[in-house]
Amino acid sequence: MSTPTRSAQDLSVPIAGGVGASPDRPDGILKVRGEFAYSSDLWTDDMLWGATLRSPHPSARIRAVDLTAAVAMPGVYAVLTHEDIPGPHKHFGLERIDQPVLAIDRVRYQGEPIAIVAADHPETARRAAAAIVVDYEVHEPVTDPRAARADDAPRVHEDGNVVRYARIRRGDPDAVADVVVRGEYEVGMQDQAFLGPESGLAVPALDGGVDLYVATQWLHGDQRQIAPCLGLPESKVRLTLAGVGGAFGAREDLSMQIHACLLALRTGRPVKFCYSREESFFGHVHRHPATMRYETGANRDGKLVYVKGDIVLDGGAYASTTTAVTGNAVSLGAGPYEVPNVTMDVWGMYTNNPPCGAMRGFGSVQAAFAYESQMDRLADALGLDPVELRLRNALHEGSSMPTGQVLDSAAAVREILTAVRDLPLPADPGPVRDPLALPGGAGNTTHGEGVRRGVGYAVGFKNVGYSEGYDDYSTARVALRVLGGEPVAVVTTAAVEVGQGHVTLQQQIARTELGVEKVVIPPADTGVGSAGSSSASRQTYLTGGAVQEACRRVRQRVFDLVGGDRTLELTGGKVVTAAGETVADLVEVLGDETVEETVEWHPRRTRELDPETGQQSFAHLQFGFCAHRAVVDVDTELGLVKVVELAAAQDVGKAMNPEAVRGQIHGGSAQGMGLALMEEIQVSGGKIRNPSFTDYLIPTILDMPPMAVQVLELADPNAPYGVRGAAEPPTISAGPAVVAAIRAATGRPVDRVPIRPQDLID
Amino acid sequence: MRLTMTVNGAEQVLDDVWEGESLLYVLRERAGLPGSKNACEQGECGSCTVYLDGAPVCACLVAAGQAAGRDVRTVEGLADGDELDVVQQAFLSAGAVQCGFCTPGLIVAAHDLLERDPAPDDATVREALSGNLCRCTGYEKILDAVRLAAARRAEVRS
Repeated sequence: MSTPTRSAQDLSVPIAGGVGASPDRPDGILKVRGEFAYSSDLWTDDMLWGATLRSPHPSARIRAVDLTAAVAMPGVYAVLTHEDIPGPHKHFGLERIDQPVLAIDRVRYQGEPIAIVAADHPETARRAAAAIVVDYEVHEPVTDPRAARADDAPRVHEDGNVVRYARIRRGDPDAVADVVVRGEYEVGMQDQAFLGPESGLAVPALDGGVDLYVATQWLHGDQRQIAPCLGLPESKVRLTLAGVGGAFGAREDLSMQIHACLLALRTGRPVKFCYSREESFFGHVHRHPATMRYETGANRDGKLVYVKGDIVLDGGAYASTTTAVTGNAVSLGAGPYEVPNVTMDVWGMYTNNPPCGAMRGFGSVQAAFAYESQMDRLADALGLDPVELRLRNALHEGSSMPTGQVLDSAAAVREILTAVRDLPLPADPGPVRDPLALPGGAGNTTHGEGVRRGVGYAVGFKNVGYSEGYDDYSTARVALRVLGGEPVAVVTTAAVEVGQGHVTLQQQIARTELGVEKVVIPPADTGVGSAGSSSASRQTYLTGGAVQEACRRVRQRVFDLVGGDRTLELTGGKVVTAAGETVADLVEVLGDETVEETVEWHPRRTRELDPETGQQSFAHLQFGFCAHRAVVDVDTELGLVKVVELAAAQDVGKAMNPEAVRGQIHGGSAQGMGLALMEEIQVSGGKIRNPSFTDYLIPTILDMPPMAVQVLELADPNAPYGVRGAAEPPTISAGPAVVAAIRAATGRPVDRVPIRPQDLID
Repeated sequence: MRLTMTVNGAEQVLDDVWEGESLLYVLRERAGLPGSKNACEQGECGSCTVYLDGAPVCACLVAAGQAAGRDVRTVEGLADGDELDVVQQAFLSAGAVQCGFCTPGLIVAAHDLLERDPAPDDATVREALSGNLCRCTGYEKILDAVRLAAARRAEVRS
């Protein structure tokens, strides 16, 4: 060890870009220059292009598949069906291994892959796929998930149509209330509509394995499903994250991964897949549509007595994450309120509709539309202000959930509701209005006549992390070494950057914990342990926790190198005492040595719901809460809506990166608003009618209103830095707030989202 | 067919182009310029916005042959070496980049707007960028970025 130097240090100035700051993204320069390599940008000299033949029918038996014409086409290198899958698995699935890699004798949804092709030009591959002749025996599809529950309903899978039935029985099922409101609600099928299409490049390796560069949400989750279909050990199926163009749940399930690997291994050439937008609508799961029947009872003073809910979620042809979606709907379905008596029944169903799975806020988004609609209906029946009714029943720290779980950290329902309520309202527009600012916009459909303004509120919540007994964890490897004469931390994880800014966050944590400015984040790959998925609002908590712990162990080892004093600190590239005196320069302490620690970090373990009663004292790790206030103008003659403002308040525990948090709230709010007003995959007879951005509408910059955001930081003492998962809650409450505002403007009940103009006029 | 065009100031001669290819495909797969993005390939999302003879177009809607002999400027052609264009820097500083897939198209569209109207009001910005979809940001920080870029351009000029 070199001679310690001593000089005064100002510890009140933390190193720039640490936790709590909003530094630039490390991938930002590449992204603004157009040089960031997304999965659809990957390219090698000798690569082939993959294409997929998909079923046009939602339900059919396959009598025969004739590949002759496709195989004979010049430029085609391989045409594969299920018979070419080495196995042992020929199926995959996140929770239940029920989905064929390529259809085996029957298809269960429109768009199900039947055969795959590799060719030297994408158009050749598409034409070859189109030249495959399939002889179908077309069946009547199962399309009504409620009817599919009947014992004599046609079966989508041999073991029945119920993927999961879950229920809660709490308190007195026969409780009586002064005021009772009932409602039936429906949520349409929403699409994640990420912009970067499903894509990736599989490269055959010399060891007989394969290297897959892909946009996904969980590298190890993919690896676990791919390897047994290729007949390879996981060690020979290596995944590296390629640039991800958004995810929102749609990349939790596999799309082209196994197909690309199969073709690469068969041809000995790299194979690239890149779905078109139309194919993307068939290539990933969507948000579960839901039908929900609710009955809510309260006393005259506005205290809730009971909630009874019956929810049917349409999971479509394969299970995907339907069991988790069902679990969320049942356990969160009474809303963020204290309810002594709860009866909830939730079915996650198989049908021949498009498969549904993860999308931001899953299970909670659907239920929130019902429970918040019920609260407004109840407020109306009681003659109470809707915010006041919510405040009287708000969950708080120490409250019991319908599952019996006691909230052991802040549940800031009251605080966020009052925060949005107290924000100034947008100014009254006055009698003369710019038509562009009115419903209908540039369509110039009104000059203000028939336009009514409404204000609505909603609050929602979501479990953070994996629930119901899943052993959730993440892995981080942190190395501290001298590079180019300065100390550098290298943080390696398999955590997926989907755009949320997790790479920035990892740098921030390392800067704060290790007091070094330079932090390198190598590409995420399966060379380090699993980080779990970038979903469930969990990555800041989980991988953030793993990186923090790994950094702290590295730091401890550095202190050991200078004598083991545990009260020392690392800052500004120096080891300093608590009093701020420099003990040693990190460059000198480290010398040629690399101090490295790998940590597998587990939070508290959740447990399963009781199957009979749904009771469990710790089914969920943490809850995130968000409230919205929406202000809308509605043209009551044409049924057109303009959202004037969408304000949000959210408790994030700790704003690790305040600007990134605000970005999550903005983006999540937009997706919630989209579900309320415009976003629906229209399915009839099991077929998607609008698989394009021409016909599936997501909010544009003209649709979005200004969004005021209030961020609260009520630390969760059980979580790293006190953080609370933040990504999903805004998507949950935004839609119900918009609907409430529309009800206030029109007086109409509005029991289905997305709202169509005809729902708002006579 | 052989396709000759000017891309980001340099002449490109591309052989064996299939007549059915779009300008977007040629840029991405033949000219080594994947910055323009392929999110919808029917002119709805704006992710592939490039300048064609100085006018912003969706490269996915332009047949490759239509670009013959013309001048194309892509997102890769905006920066001056290592120095980012003001609009690029503003998108980065304002936090307008999340996944970034819409970013190249939005930057070209915003660049074009500010060339035409150096001090647009919010309504003008919204109108000008309404052909560019973003799924991550809710557009708030994109508006911030355009305001910031306009302010910085004004500073540079004064």
